[in-house]
Amino acid sequence: MQDLIEQARNGRPRAIARLITKVENSRSGAAKIVPALYKFTGQAHIVGITGAPGSGKSSLVNELAKALRRRDHKVAIVAVDPSSPFTGGALLGDRVRMRDLSGDKGIFIRSLASRGSLGGLSQATAAVIKVLDAAKFDTILVETVGAGQAEVDIAGAAHTTLVIEAPGMGDDVQSIKAGILEIADILVVNKADRPGAARTVRSLQTMLQLGQTMMVNHHGRSMQTASIAPNGSNDADNWEIPVQETVAIEGAGIEDLLDVILVHKDHLRATNGWLTQEKLRSRREIEALLQARFMERFQTAVSQDDRDQLITSVANRTTDPYTAVAEIFNQIKT
Amino acid sequence: MEDFKPRILVAKPGLDGHDRGVKVVARALRDAGMEVIYTGLRQTPEMIVEAALQEDVDAIGLSILSGAHMPLVTRIMALIVENEMEDVPVFLGGIIPDDDVTALNEMGVSGVFGPGANMNSIVDFVWEKVRARA
Ligand SMILES: Nc1nc2c(ncn2[C@@H]2O[C@H](COP(=O)(O)OP(=O)(O)OP(=O)(O)O)[C@@H](O)[C@H]2O)c(=O)[nH]1
Ligand SMILES: [Mg+2]
Repeated sequence: MQDLIEQARNGRPRAIARLITKVENSRSGAAKIVPALYKFTGQAHIVGITGAPGSGKSSLVNELAKALRRRDHKVAIVAVDPSSPFTGGALLGDRVRMRDLSGDKGIFIRSLASRGSLGGLSQATAAVIKVLDAAKFDTILVETVGAGQAEVDIAGAAHTTLVIEAPGMGDDVQSIKAGILEIADILVVNKADRPGAARTVRSLQTMLQLGQTMMVNHHGRSMQTASIAPNGSNDADNWEIPVQETVAIEGAGIEDLLDVILVHKDHLRATNGWLTQEKLRSRREIEALLQARFMERFQTAVSQDDRDQLITSVANRTTDPYTAVAEIFNQIKT
Repeated sequence: MEDFKPRILVAKPGLDGHDRGVKVVARALRDAGMEVIYTGLRQTPEMIVEAALQEDVDAIGLSILSGAHMPLVTRIMALIVENEMEDVPVFLGGIIPDDDVTALNEMGVSGVFGPGANMNSIVDFVWEKVRARA
């Protein structure tokens, strides 16, 4: 394994690919590999790209990767697609839009299936990102379909999160997802060649203003600054969420978007935001791993029959959930 | 649901522009519980093997209807050897004359399926190959 890590550090694609498989496939795999390479991580700029299906995320990642290469960044791409909850299978098609990137040794693309397990996606993805970080990629682009918790989890793993919108997908302020401000550092209106793009931009800007007002009221004190990003990624420092327009299929607006992404990175570096984010991520990761370990311990310490019995007892009111958990805890402790 | 999630690259090398058949196979493999990486039309052998390497796949499925299967597969198999991926099974769908089937098998292609092939038999074949390797 030390060998594989050494080779991955030297940029050997096969070693990187194998390590990713190992950390993705089991927590025990990650538990062996992550400790061995953790000291090499923390260098890469992790950029999350999320948004509704078909909004143009992969096309945008393709263009951003090319632009980053022109600026001499080594780029890794992690593209996550959902697994079928029924069969466990998945169709991972993001590479179709990234064919421009083949044949470049400075680019590594990996498709991941979400594999459905609660919290599992973020753990596996976090471990995969660490492998790529240790393999000396300067920028790691993580594409995920915008769907509830997965999106929030991935945003937690990224330094800079882009939320992609496209015109005509419900442009009024009400229909734009409420959680967007929580996670976005940069809003992108892709498909700006399409009718209605200007309206989408205006709606987003209106929403940003509403968001500010809400923040001000929420905090119950007046803010003299123009804009506050409530996404936790900037500490208390100001980051005005910009709205960028792009046409991914024509490569338009990409350089500007990349400039803004790099400005955000510099902003994080300059303001403690980077450290704040690393701490937040570390805390989440520790908590998630602890939870998983506790569950595992519970499942080995208490037999399936006993667990079923406990559940039945709670359901038929012979006991209550609090007493049940207290009993389990006593059992686990010994 | 199986715990083992085989990763299968499904690719369409060459210049013909029909991807209906290859998409049907991709969906069937997905519905059988596999993770299918689909790379789209007009892939060069270099693109295919690079993707297989980065994705660390358990098998590679190719669809070639253009008639250019011999040169394409020859090149793909050479790249596979170059990248030390000989342990990754390769299977192929297309309209392939019997003589070519023999030659392809000799090159290391482990399964060749004609246009009338039954989807279940393809799925079973892939499961068997990836289990044997796991
Ligand atoms: N008109 C127009 N079409 C675009 C643009 N960007 C992407 N598309 C098209 O939109 C479709 C979806 O693009 P993708 O890049 O696959 O979108 P995605 O968000 O990655 O899709 P999923 O991964 O399936 O959620 C494709 O047909 C693209 O060609 C754009 O700027 N303008
Ligand atoms: Mg995509």
